[in-house]
Amino acid sequence: MSTPTIPRRSWAQRYHVKGIGWTVLMLVLLVASAQMTGVNVGMFFSNLGQFTNLLVRMSNPAWDYTTVIIQPLLETIQMAILGTTIGAAFAIPFAVLSASNLIHNRWLRGLTRLFLDLVRTLPDLLLAAIFVAIFGIGSTAGVVTLAIFSFGMVSKLFYEVIETIDMGPLEALESVGATKITIIWYAVLPQILNQFISYFLYTLEINVRASTVLGYLGAGGIGVFLQRSLNEFNYNQTAVIILATLVVVLVIDGVSNHLRRVLL
Amino acid sequence: MEQTAPIISFKGVNKVYSNGTVGLKDISFDISRGQFLVVVGLSGAGKSTLLRTINRMHEITSGEITVEDESISDYKGKALRLLRRKIGMIFQGFNLINRSSVEKNVLSGRVSYYPTWKTIFGLFSKADKEKAVHSLARVNLAEKLYTRADELSGGQQQRVAIARTLMQDPKIILADEPVASLDPLTTKTVMDTLKRLNQEDGITVIVNLHSVALAREYADRIVGLRAGQLVYDQPIGNVAEGDLDQIYQTPEGAKA
Ligand SMILES: Nc1ncnc2c1ncn2[C@@H]1O[C@H](COP(=O)(O)OP(=O)(O)OP(=O)(O)O)[C@@H](O)[C@H]1O
Ligand SMILES: [Mg+2]
Repeated sequence: MSTPTIPRRSWAQRYHVKGIGWTVLMLVLLVASAQMTGVNVGMFFSNLGQFTNLLVRMSNPAWDYTTVIIQPLLETIQMAILGTTIGAAFAIPFAVLSASNLIHNRWLRGLTRLFLDLVRTLPDLLLAAIFVAIFGIGSTAGVVTLAIFSFGMVSKLFYEVIETIDMGPLEALESVGATKITIIWYAVLPQILNQFISYFLYTLEINVRASTVLGYLGAGGIGVFLQRSLNEFNYNQTAVIILATLVVVLVIDGVSNHLRRVLL
Repeated sequence: MEQTAPIISFKGVNKVYSNGTVGLKDISFDISRGQFLVVVGLSGAGKSTLLRTINRMHEITSGEITVEDESISDYKGKALRLLRRKIGMIFQGFNLINRSSVEKNVLSGRVSYYPTWKTIFGLFSKADKEKAVHSLARVNLAEKLYTRADELSGGQQQRVAIARTLMQDPKIILADEPVASLDPLTTKTVMDTLKRLNQEDGITVIVNLHSVALAREYADRIVGLRAGQLVYDQPIGNVAEGDLDQIYQTPEGAKA
Protein backbone atom coordinates (compact mmCIF):
# COMPACT_ATOMS: atom_id res chain seq x y z
CA MET A 1 0.00 0.00 0.00
CA SER A 2 1.29 3.43 -0.85
CA THR A 3 1.19 6.18 1.71
CA PRO A 4 -1.82 8.41 1.15
CA THR A 5 -0.94 11.83 -0.16
CA ILE A 6 -2.05 14.50 2.28
CA PRO A 7 -2.92 17.86 0.74
CA ARG A 8 -0.33 20.47 1.66
CA ARG A 9 -1.44 23.27 3.89
CA SER A 10 -0.19 26.71 3.08
CA TRP A 11 2.24 28.40 5.48
CA ALA A 12 -0.55 30.67 6.77
CA GLN A 13 -2.90 27.74 7.39
CA ARG A 14 -0.25 25.73 9.19
CA TYR A 15 0.60 28.39 11.75
CA HIS A 16 -3.00 29.67 12.19
CA VAL A 17 -1.87 33.12 11.12
CA LYS A 18 -5.43 34.42 10.76
CA GLY A 19 -6.65 33.30 14.19
CA ILE A 20 -3.58 34.60 16.01
CA GLY A 21 -3.63 37.84 14.04
CA TRP A 22 -7.22 38.59 14.99
CA THR A 23 -6.62 37.79 18.65
CA VAL A 24 -3.61 40.13 18.83
CA LEU A 25 -5.51 42.86 17.00
CA MET A 26 -8.41 42.56 19.47
CA LEU A 27 -6.09 42.80 22.48
CA VAL A 28 -4.34 45.85 21.03
CA LEU A 29 -7.67 47.55 20.34
CA LEU A 30 -8.90 46.76 23.85
CA VAL A 31 -5.84 48.21 25.58
CA ALA A 32 -5.72 51.20 23.24
CA SER A 33 -9.35 52.09 23.79
CA ALA A 34 -8.94 51.86 27.58
CA GLN A 35 -5.94 54.19 27.34
CA MET A 36 -7.58 56.71 25.05
CA THR A 37 -10.87 56.96 26.89
CA GLY A 38 -9.08 57.19 30.21
CA VAL A 39 -10.98 54.40 31.92
CA ASN A 40 -9.65 54.26 35.45
CA VAL A 41 -10.47 51.04 37.26
CA GLY A 42 -8.93 52.31 40.47
CA MET A 43 -11.38 55.21 40.60
CA PHE A 44 -14.26 52.77 40.37
CA PHE A 45 -13.14 50.98 43.54
CA SER A 46 -12.16 54.08 45.51
CA ASN A 47 -15.63 55.55 44.91
CA LEU A 48 -17.45 52.37 45.80
CA GLY A 49 -18.16 53.92 49.19
CA GLN A 50 -20.53 56.50 47.68
CA PHE A 51 -22.43 53.74 46.01
CA THR A 52 -22.89 51.85 49.30
CA ASN A 53 -23.98 55.10 50.88
CA LEU A 54 -26.71 55.43 48.23
CA LEU A 55 -27.82 51.87 48.82
CA VAL A 56 -28.10 52.49 52.54
CA ARG A 57 -30.27 55.54 51.96
CA MET A 58 -32.50 53.50 49.65
CA SER A 59 -32.78 50.64 52.11
CA ASN A 60 -35.96 51.96 53.66
CA PRO A 61 -38.55 51.97 50.85
CA ALA A 62 -41.53 54.26 51.30
CA TRP A 63 -44.14 51.61 50.67
CA ASP A 64 -47.13 54.00 50.71
CA TYR A 65 -45.61 55.64 47.64
CA THR A 66 -46.65 52.50 45.70
CA THR A 67 -50.19 53.77 45.19
CA VAL A 68 -48.84 56.93 43.54
CA ILE A 69 -46.67 55.15 41.00
CA ILE A 70 -49.10 52.45 39.89
CA GLN A 71 -50.72 54.74 37.33
CA PRO A 72 -47.45 55.94 35.70
CA LEU A 73 -46.12 52.41 35.81
CA LEU A 74 -49.13 51.20 33.85
CA GLU A 75 -48.55 54.06 31.44
CA THR A 76 -44.95 52.91 31.02
CA ILE A 77 -46.09 49.36 30.22
CA GLN A 78 -48.62 50.65 27.72
CA MET A 79 -45.97 52.82 26.09
CA ALA A 80 -43.62 49.87 25.86
CA ILE A 81 -46.27 47.54 24.41
CA LEU A 82 -47.45 50.10 21.85
CA GLY A 83 -43.94 51.14 20.85
CA THR A 84 -42.69 47.57 20.54
CA THR A 85 -45.74 46.46 18.56
CA ILE A 86 -45.56 49.34 16.09
CA GLY A 87 -41.80 48.92 15.69
CA ALA A 88 -42.01 45.15 15.23
CA ALA A 89 -44.85 45.44 12.70
CA PHE A 90 -42.77 47.77 10.53
CA ALA A 91 -39.72 45.57 11.05
CA ILE A 92 -41.28 42.53 9.34
CA PRO A 93 -41.29 43.81 5.73
CA PHE A 94 -37.84 45.35 6.20
CA ALA A 95 -36.50 42.10 7.65
CA VAL A 96 -37.81 40.23 4.62
CA LEU A 97 -36.16 42.75 2.27
CA SER A 98 -32.84 42.37 4.13
CA ALA A 99 -32.72 38.57 4.14
CA SER A 100 -30.16 37.30 1.64
CA ASN A 101 -31.99 33.99 1.17
CA LEU A 102 -35.20 35.71 0.08
CA ILE A 103 -33.94 38.77 -1.79
CA HIS A 104 -31.34 38.03 -4.41
CA ASN A 105 -31.06 41.62 -5.57
CA ARG A 106 -27.89 42.89 -3.84
CA TRP A 107 -28.77 46.53 -4.30
CA LEU A 108 -32.21 46.31 -2.77
CA ARG A 109 -30.83 44.31 0.13
CA GLY A 110 -27.88 46.63 0.60
CA LEU A 111 -30.02 49.76 0.61
CA THR A 112 -32.49 48.30 3.10
CA ARG A 113 -29.68 47.24 5.41
CA LEU A 114 -28.00 50.62 5.15
CA PHE A 115 -31.26 52.27 6.12
CA LEU A 116 -31.63 49.93 9.10
CA ASP A 117 -28.04 50.62 10.17
CA LEU A 118 -28.78 54.33 10.09
CA VAL A 119 -31.88 53.88 12.24
CA ARG A 120 -29.92 51.82 14.74
CA THR A 121 -27.22 54.44 14.93
CA LEU A 122 -29.64 57.07 16.27
CA PRO A 123 -29.35 56.98 20.08
CA ASP A 124 -32.74 56.56 21.74
CA LEU A 125 -32.08 59.51 24.04
CA LEU A 126 -31.57 61.77 21.02
CA LEU A 127 -34.80 60.45 19.49
CA ALA A 128 -36.65 61.12 22.74
CA ALA A 129 -35.31 64.68 22.90
CA ILE A 130 -36.40 65.32 19.31
CA PHE A 131 -39.88 63.88 19.76
CA VAL A 132 -40.45 65.66 23.04
CA ALA A 133 -39.68 68.83 21.13
CA ILE A 134 -42.13 67.85 18.40
CA PHE A 135 -45.01 66.30 20.36
CA GLY A 136 -44.46 68.07 23.66
CA ILE A 137 -43.96 66.43 27.02
CA GLY A 138 -45.97 63.23 27.33
CA SER A 139 -46.23 59.61 26.34
CA THR A 140 -46.67 60.20 22.57
CA ALA A 141 -43.03 61.18 22.32
CA GLY A 142 -42.15 58.07 24.33
CA VAL A 143 -44.15 55.72 22.13
CA VAL A 144 -42.66 57.10 18.90
CA THR A 145 -39.14 56.87 20.32
CA LEU A 146 -39.65 53.29 21.46
CA ALA A 147 -41.24 52.36 18.12
CA ILE A 148 -38.22 53.60 16.16
CA PHE A 149 -35.76 52.07 18.61
CA SER A 150 -37.57 48.69 18.47
CA PHE A 151 -37.85 48.87 14.71
CA GLY A 152 -34.08 49.20 14.30
CA MET A 153 -33.26 46.46 16.76
CA VAL A 154 -36.01 43.98 15.88
CA SER A 155 -35.55 44.18 12.11
CA LYS A 156 -31.93 43.06 12.49
CA LEU A 157 -32.86 40.23 14.87
CA PHE A 158 -35.68 39.21 12.53
CA TYR A 159 -33.66 39.06 9.33
CA GLU A 160 -30.98 37.04 11.05
CA VAL A 161 -33.69 34.54 12.03
CA ILE A 162 -35.02 34.47 8.46
CA GLU A 163 -31.56 33.70 7.14
CA THR A 164 -31.37 30.50 9.19
CA ILE A 165 -34.56 28.87 7.89
CA ASP A 166 -34.77 25.64 5.94
CA MET A 167 -35.17 26.53 2.26
CA GLY A 168 -36.78 23.20 1.32
CA PRO A 169 -40.40 24.24 1.92
CA LEU A 170 -39.82 27.43 -0.11
CA GLU A 171 -38.56 25.35 -3.01
CA ALA A 172 -41.65 23.15 -2.74
CA LEU A 173 -44.06 26.08 -2.69
CA GLU A 174 -42.25 27.67 -5.62
CA SER A 175 -42.57 24.44 -7.60
CA VAL A 176 -46.29 24.40 -6.87
CA GLY A 177 -46.67 27.75 -8.63
CA ALA A 178 -47.27 29.92 -5.55
CA THR A 179 -46.75 33.68 -5.60
CA LYS A 180 -43.90 35.26 -3.60
CA ILE A 181 -46.23 36.45 -0.86
CA THR A 182 -47.91 33.06 -0.53
CA ILE A 183 -44.49 31.43 -0.34
CA ILE A 184 -43.48 33.73 2.51
CA TRP A 185 -46.77 33.18 4.30
CA TYR A 186 -46.77 29.39 4.01
CA ALA A 187 -43.11 28.43 4.04
CA VAL A 188 -41.28 31.23 5.88
CA LEU A 189 -43.68 32.44 8.56
CA PRO A 190 -44.29 29.11 10.34
CA GLN A 191 -40.54 28.61 10.59
CA ILE A 192 -39.84 31.97 12.20
CA LEU A 193 -42.98 32.81 14.16
CA ASN A 194 -41.81 31.42 17.49
CA GLN A 195 -38.48 33.17 17.37
CA PHE A 196 -40.23 36.37 16.31
CA ILE A 197 -42.47 36.22 19.36
CA SER A 198 -39.52 35.45 21.56
CA TYR A 199 -37.56 38.46 20.24
CA PHE A 200 -40.66 40.62 20.48
CA LEU A 201 -40.96 39.85 24.19
CA TYR A 202 -37.24 40.41 24.69
CA THR A 203 -37.55 43.83 23.08
CA LEU A 204 -40.61 44.59 25.18
CA GLU A 205 -38.61 43.87 28.31
CA ILE A 206 -35.80 46.16 27.16
CA ASN A 207 -38.34 48.85 26.33
CA VAL A 208 -39.90 48.78 29.79
CA ARG A 209 -36.48 49.51 31.24
CA ALA A 210 -35.63 52.01 28.51
CA SER A 211 -38.85 53.93 29.00
CA THR A 212 -37.95 54.62 32.62
CA VAL A 213 -34.91 56.46 31.34
CA LEU A 214 -36.85 58.18 28.56
CA GLY A 215 -39.19 59.59 31.21
CA TYR A 216 -36.21 61.67 32.27
CA LEU A 217 -36.53 63.69 29.09
CA GLY A 218 -40.24 64.18 29.58
CA ALA A 219 -41.35 61.27 27.45
CA GLY A 220 -43.96 60.14 29.94
CA GLY A 221 -44.36 57.15 32.24
CA ILE A 222 -42.58 56.14 35.42
CA GLY A 223 -39.36 57.89 34.44
CA VAL A 224 -40.86 61.26 35.30
CA PHE A 225 -41.34 60.08 38.86
CA LEU A 226 -37.91 58.50 38.98
CA GLN A 227 -36.35 61.79 38.02
CA ARG A 228 -38.45 63.71 40.55
CA SER A 229 -37.56 61.43 43.46
CA LEU A 230 -33.86 61.60 42.62
CA ASN A 231 -33.93 65.39 42.30
CA GLU A 232 -35.61 65.68 45.66
CA PHE A 233 -33.19 63.20 47.23
CA ASN A 234 -36.20 61.04 48.15
CA TYR A 235 -34.20 57.85 47.85
CA ASN A 236 -36.86 55.88 49.71
CA GLN A 237 -39.24 56.64 46.86
CA THR A 238 -36.55 55.84 44.30
CA ALA A 239 -36.23 52.43 45.91
CA VAL A 240 -39.95 51.75 45.46
CA ILE A 241 -39.83 52.78 41.81
CA ILE A 242 -36.84 50.56 41.12
CA LEU A 243 -38.45 47.61 42.90
CA ALA A 244 -41.75 48.12 41.07
CA THR A 245 -39.93 48.24 37.70
CA LEU A 246 -38.05 45.11 38.68
CA VAL A 247 -41.36 43.35 39.36
CA VAL A 248 -42.69 44.36 35.93
CA VAL A 249 -39.53 43.17 34.19
CA LEU A 250 -39.65 39.89 36.11
CA VAL A 251 -43.29 39.35 35.14
CA ILE A 252 -42.55 40.00 31.44
CA ASP A 253 -39.56 37.70 31.67
CA GLY A 254 -41.73 35.00 33.23
CA VAL A 255 -44.42 35.38 30.59
CA SER A 256 -41.92 35.26 27.76
CA ASN A 257 -40.19 32.20 29.20
CA HIS A 258 -43.52 30.49 29.56
CA LEU A 259 -44.62 31.39 26.02
CA ARG A 260 -41.33 30.23 24.60
CA ARG A 261 -41.69 26.86 26.30
CA VAL A 262 -45.26 26.46 25.08
CA LEU A 263 -44.48 27.58 21.53
CA LEU A 264 -41.20 25.85 20.77
CA MET B 1 -45.63 -0.13 -30.12
CA GLU B 2 -48.13 2.69 -30.05
CA GLN B 3 -46.50 6.07 -30.45
CA THR B 4 -48.17 8.82 -28.35
CA ALA B 5 -47.49 12.51 -28.80
CA PRO B 6 -44.68 13.88 -26.62
CA ILE B 7 -45.74 15.87 -23.56
CA ILE B 8 -42.21 17.16 -22.97
CA SER B 9 -39.58 17.73 -25.60
CA PHE B 10 -35.91 18.69 -25.26
CA LYS B 11 -34.28 20.18 -28.34
CA GLY B 12 -30.53 20.79 -28.18
CA VAL B 13 -30.63 21.90 -24.55
CA ASN B 14 -27.46 23.19 -22.92
CA LYS B 15 -27.02 24.39 -19.39
CA VAL B 16 -23.88 26.02 -18.09
CA TYR B 17 -23.91 27.22 -14.48
CA SER B 18 -22.68 30.73 -13.76
CA ASN B 19 -19.43 29.28 -12.35
CA GLY B 20 -18.72 27.54 -15.67
CA THR B 21 -19.82 24.03 -14.65
CA VAL B 22 -21.55 22.23 -17.48
CA GLY B 23 -24.89 20.95 -16.22
CA LEU B 24 -26.43 19.69 -19.46
CA LYS B 25 -24.82 19.24 -22.85
CA ASP B 26 -26.80 19.09 -26.08
CA ILE B 27 -29.76 17.13 -24.72
CA SER B 28 -32.45 16.17 -27.24
CA PHE B 29 -35.23 13.70 -26.53
CA ASP B 30 -39.01 13.41 -26.19
CA ILE B 31 -41.03 12.13 -23.26
CA SER B 32 -44.40 10.74 -24.26
CA ARG B 33 -47.58 11.31 -22.34
CA GLY B 34 -48.21 8.78 -19.59
CA GLN B 35 -44.68 7.46 -19.54
CA PHE B 36 -42.86 6.36 -16.38
CA LEU B 37 -39.36 7.56 -17.12
CA VAL B 38 -36.40 6.87 -14.87
CA VAL B 39 -33.23 8.91 -15.15
CA VAL B 40 -30.05 7.29 -13.89
CA GLY B 41 -26.48 8.49 -13.68
CA LEU B 42 -23.58 9.09 -11.34
CA SER B 43 -23.69 11.79 -8.76
CA GLY B 44 -23.07 15.09 -10.56
CA ALA B 45 -24.16 13.70 -13.92
CA GLY B 46 -26.90 16.34 -14.22
CA LYS B 47 -30.05 14.44 -13.19
CA SER B 48 -31.36 17.13 -10.85
CA THR B 49 -30.47 19.81 -13.34
CA LEU B 50 -32.41 18.02 -16.08
CA LEU B 51 -35.48 17.66 -13.89
CA ARG B 52 -35.45 21.26 -12.70
CA THR B 53 -35.28 22.69 -16.19
CA ILE B 54 -38.71 21.19 -16.93
CA ASN B 55 -40.50 23.38 -14.37
CA ARG B 56 -38.02 26.23 -14.79
CA MET B 57 -36.59 25.98 -11.29
CA HIS B 58 -33.37 26.13 -13.32
CA GLU B 59 -32.92 28.18 -16.48
CA ILE B 60 -31.26 26.71 -19.54
CA THR B 61 -28.47 28.41 -21.45
CA SER B 62 -29.51 27.45 -24.96
CA GLY B 63 -31.85 25.13 -26.83
CA GLU B 64 -35.56 24.71 -26.27
CA ILE B 65 -37.88 22.79 -23.99
CA THR B 66 -41.55 22.42 -24.84
CA VAL B 67 -44.27 21.22 -22.50
CA GLU B 68 -47.53 20.28 -24.23
CA ASP B 69 -46.18 21.78 -27.45
CA GLU B 70 -45.46 25.19 -25.99
CA SER B 71 -41.97 26.56 -25.51
CA ILE B 72 -41.55 27.31 -21.83
CA SER B 73 -38.46 29.53 -22.02
CA ASP B 74 -40.27 32.85 -22.15
CA TYR B 75 -42.85 32.21 -19.46
CA LYS B 76 -42.94 34.87 -16.78
CA GLY B 77 -45.13 35.66 -13.78
CA LYS B 78 -48.54 34.13 -14.11
CA ALA B 79 -47.71 31.98 -17.13
CA LEU B 80 -44.75 30.49 -15.27
CA ARG B 81 -46.90 29.77 -12.22
CA LEU B 82 -49.49 28.06 -14.43
CA LEU B 83 -46.75 25.91 -15.95
CA ARG B 84 -45.58 24.91 -12.49
CA ARG B 85 -49.13 24.20 -11.40
CA LYS B 86 -49.45 21.36 -13.86
CA ILE B 87 -46.06 19.90 -12.90
CA GLY B 88 -45.80 18.37 -9.45
CA MET B 89 -42.40 18.00 -7.79
CA ILE B 90 -41.21 15.51 -5.18
CA PHE B 91 -37.93 16.06 -3.36
CA GLN B 92 -35.39 13.84 -1.67
CA GLY B 93 -35.80 15.84 1.56
CA PHE B 94 -39.63 15.89 1.36
CA ASN B 95 -39.63 19.69 1.84
CA LEU B 96 -42.69 19.79 4.06
CA ILE B 97 -43.40 22.69 6.38
CA ASN B 98 -42.44 20.86 9.55
CA ARG B 99 -44.29 22.98 12.06
CA SER B 100 -47.55 22.95 10.12
CA SER B 101 -50.23 20.29 10.10
CA VAL B 102 -50.43 17.64 7.43
CA GLU B 103 -53.66 19.26 6.27
CA LYS B 104 -52.04 22.64 5.74
CA ASN B 105 -49.13 21.01 3.93
CA VAL B 106 -51.46 19.17 1.59
CA LEU B 107 -53.61 22.24 0.97
CA SER B 108 -50.49 24.25 0.13
CA GLY B 109 -50.37 22.22 -3.07
CA ARG B 110 -53.58 23.93 -4.13
CA VAL B 111 -52.58 27.57 -3.59
CA SER B 112 -51.96 28.30 -7.26
CA TYR B 113 -55.70 27.88 -7.90
CA TYR B 114 -56.44 30.84 -5.59
CA PRO B 115 -55.65 34.54 -5.52
CA THR B 116 -52.87 35.36 -3.04
CA TRP B 117 -55.13 37.01 -0.45
CA LYS B 118 -57.34 33.95 -0.18
CA THR B 119 -54.34 31.72 0.43
CA ILE B 120 -53.22 34.04 3.24
CA PHE B 121 -56.52 33.79 5.05
CA GLY B 122 -56.67 30.06 4.32
CA LEU B 123 -59.97 30.47 2.46
CA PHE B 124 -60.01 27.11 0.75
CA SER B 125 -63.30 25.86 -0.65
CA LYS B 126 -65.07 22.97 1.01
CA ALA B 127 -64.48 20.93 -2.12
CA ASP B 128 -60.74 21.48 -1.86
CA LYS B 129 -60.66 20.56 1.82
CA GLU B 130 -62.40 17.32 0.87
CA LYS B 131 -59.94 16.91 -1.94
CA ALA B 132 -57.12 17.15 0.62
CA VAL B 133 -58.63 14.29 2.64
CA HIS B 134 -59.12 12.34 -0.55
CA SER B 135 -55.52 12.91 -1.66
CA LEU B 136 -54.27 11.75 1.72
CA ALA B 137 -56.48 8.68 1.49
CA ARG B 138 -54.87 7.84 -1.81
CA VAL B 139 -51.49 7.64 -0.10
CA ASN B 140 -53.09 5.81 2.85
CA LEU B 141 -52.57 8.57 5.38
CA ALA B 142 -56.06 10.02 5.88
CA GLU B 143 -55.88 9.46 9.64
CA LYS B 144 -52.86 11.81 9.87
CA LEU B 145 -54.80 14.88 8.66
CA TYR B 146 -54.27 16.93 11.83
CA THR B 147 -50.84 15.60 12.81
CA ARG B 148 -47.86 17.94 12.68
CA ALA B 149 -45.71 17.10 9.66
CA ASP B 150 -42.53 16.62 11.70
CA GLU B 151 -44.18 13.93 13.81
CA LEU B 152 -44.34 11.59 10.80
CA SER B 153 -41.74 9.08 9.66
CA GLY B 154 -39.73 9.76 6.51
CA GLY B 155 -41.84 7.46 4.36
CA GLN B 156 -45.03 9.06 5.65
CA GLN B 157 -43.64 12.53 5.00
CA GLN B 158 -42.84 11.61 1.43
CA ARG B 159 -46.38 10.34 0.95
CA VAL B 160 -47.73 13.62 2.34
CA ALA B 161 -45.54 15.36 -0.23
CA ILE B 162 -47.14 13.20 -2.92
CA ALA B 163 -50.60 14.12 -1.61
CA ARG B 164 -49.59 17.78 -1.79
CA THR B 165 -48.60 17.27 -5.40
CA LEU B 166 -51.92 15.56 -6.16
CA MET B 167 -53.71 18.75 -5.07
CA GLN B 168 -52.22 20.44 -8.13
CA ASP B 169 -54.01 18.00 -10.46
CA PRO B 170 -50.65 17.60 -12.17
CA LYS B 171 -50.13 16.23 -15.64
CA ILE B 172 -46.49 15.59 -14.88
CA ILE B 173 -44.71 14.58 -11.67
CA LEU B 174 -40.98 15.18 -11.30
CA ALA B 175 -39.36 13.22 -8.49
CA ASP B 176 -35.74 13.95 -7.60
CA GLU B 177 -34.38 10.92 -5.78
CA PRO B 178 -37.62 10.51 -3.84
CA VAL B 179 -36.46 7.42 -1.96
CA ALA B 180 -32.79 8.19 -1.39
CA SER B 181 -33.29 8.68 2.36
CA LEU B 182 -35.80 5.86 2.92
CA ASP B 183 -35.44 2.22 3.97
CA PRO B 184 -36.28 -0.58 1.47
CA LEU B 185 -39.80 -1.13 2.76
CA THR B 186 -40.89 2.52 2.67
CA THR B 187 -39.07 2.86 -0.62
CA LYS B 188 -41.46 0.29 -2.01
CA THR B 189 -44.59 2.08 -0.74
CA VAL B 190 -43.45 5.40 -2.19
CA MET B 191 -42.45 3.93 -5.55
CA ASP B 192 -45.68 1.89 -5.70
CA THR B 193 -47.67 5.07 -5.04
CA LEU B 194 -45.93 6.87 -7.90
CA LYS B 195 -46.52 3.91 -10.20
CA ARG B 196 -50.19 3.79 -9.23
CA LEU B 197 -50.68 7.50 -10.03
CA ASN B 198 -48.95 6.91 -13.33
CA GLN B 199 -51.22 4.01 -14.23
CA GLU B 200 -54.53 5.13 -12.74
CA ASP B 201 -54.40 8.85 -13.54
CA GLY B 202 -52.17 8.76 -16.59
CA ILE B 203 -49.75 11.22 -14.99
CA THR B 204 -46.39 11.35 -16.74
CA VAL B 205 -43.77 10.53 -14.09
CA ILE B 206 -40.07 11.31 -14.30
CA VAL B 207 -37.94 9.95 -11.48
CA ASN B 208 -34.25 10.34 -10.76
CA LEU B 209 -32.89 7.22 -9.13
CA HIS B 210 -29.55 5.95 -7.99
CA SER B 211 -30.66 2.33 -7.78
CA VAL B 212 -30.50 0.40 -11.03
CA ALA B 213 -32.63 -2.37 -9.54
CA LEU B 214 -35.42 0.06 -8.76
CA ALA B 215 -35.12 1.63 -12.18
CA ARG B 216 -35.59 -1.76 -13.83
CA GLU B 217 -38.53 -2.60 -11.60
CA TYR B 218 -40.61 0.54 -12.15
CA ALA B 219 -39.56 2.26 -15.38
CA ASP B 220 -41.22 2.11 -18.79
CA ARG B 221 -38.07 3.64 -20.15
CA ILE B 222 -34.63 4.39 -18.77
CA VAL B 223 -32.36 7.22 -19.82
CA GLY B 224 -28.81 7.59 -18.60
CA LEU B 225 -26.79 10.73 -18.13
CA ARG B 226 -23.06 11.11 -17.86
CA ALA B 227 -21.31 14.45 -17.45
CA GLY B 228 -24.42 16.26 -18.64
CA GLN B 229 -24.85 14.17 -21.77
CA LEU B 230 -27.56 11.70 -22.68
CA VAL B 231 -25.61 8.47 -23.08
CA TYR B 232 -28.37 5.88 -22.82
CA ASP B 233 -32.04 5.75 -23.83
CA GLN B 234 -34.04 2.54 -24.06
CA PRO B 235 -37.56 1.29 -23.43
CA ILE B 236 -37.53 -1.15 -20.53
CA GLY B 237 -38.03 -4.13 -22.85
CA ASN B 238 -34.68 -3.43 -24.48
CA VAL B 239 -32.67 -2.86 -21.32
CA ALA B 240 -30.12 -5.63 -21.15
CA GLU B 241 -28.37 -6.85 -18.03
CA GLY B 242 -24.99 -5.15 -18.46
CA ASP B 243 -26.29 -1.95 -20.06
CA LEU B 244 -26.52 0.18 -17.01
CA ASP B 245 -23.05 -0.66 -15.75
CA GLN B 246 -21.78 1.38 -18.63
CA ILE B 247 -23.59 4.46 -17.34
CA TYR B 248 -22.11 4.00 -13.92
CA GLN B 249 -18.57 3.75 -15.17
CA THR B 250 -16.43 6.52 -13.80
CA PRO B 251 -15.28 9.00 -16.43
CA GLU B 252 -11.69 7.70 -16.10
CA GLY B 253 -12.92 4.11 -16.54
CA ALA B 254 -14.86 5.12 -19.62
CA LYS B 255 -11.80 6.51 -21.32
CA ALA B 256 -9.65 3.49 -20.57
N1 LIG C 1 -26.17 25.87 -8.42
C1 LIG C 1 -25.10 25.31 -9.03
N2 LIG C 1 -24.05 26.06 -9.38
C2 LIG C 1 -22.99 25.53 -9.99
N3 LIG C 1 -22.87 24.24 -10.32
C3 LIG C 1 -23.89 23.42 -10.01
C4 LIG C 1 -25.07 23.91 -9.33
N4 LIG C 1 -25.90 22.86 -9.15
C5 LIG C 1 -25.30 21.80 -9.67
N5 LIG C 1 -24.08 22.10 -10.19
C6 LIG C 1 -23.15 21.21 -10.87
O1 LIG C 1 -23.78 20.69 -12.01
C7 LIG C 1 -23.48 19.32 -12.18
C8 LIG C 1 -24.75 18.51 -12.23
O2 LIG C 1 -25.37 18.57 -10.94
P1 LIG C 1 -26.72 17.82 -10.60
O3 LIG C 1 -27.13 18.27 -9.25
O4 LIG C 1 -27.70 18.01 -11.70
O5 LIG C 1 -26.25 16.31 -10.55
P2 LIG C 1 -27.07 15.03 -10.10
O6 LIG C 1 -26.95 14.05 -11.22
O7 LIG C 1 -28.42 15.40 -9.66
O8 LIG C 1 -26.20 14.52 -8.89
P3 LIG C 1 -26.68 13.80 -7.53
O9 LIG C 1 -26.91 12.39 -7.89
O10 LIG C 1 -25.50 13.98 -6.63
O11 LIG C 1 -27.90 14.51 -7.07
C9 LIG C 1 -22.56 18.95 -11.04
O12 LIG C 1 -21.23 19.02 -11.50
C10 LIG C 1 -22.80 20.01 -10.00
O13 LIG C 1 -21.65 20.24 -9.24
MG1 LIG D 1 -29.39 15.43 -7.76
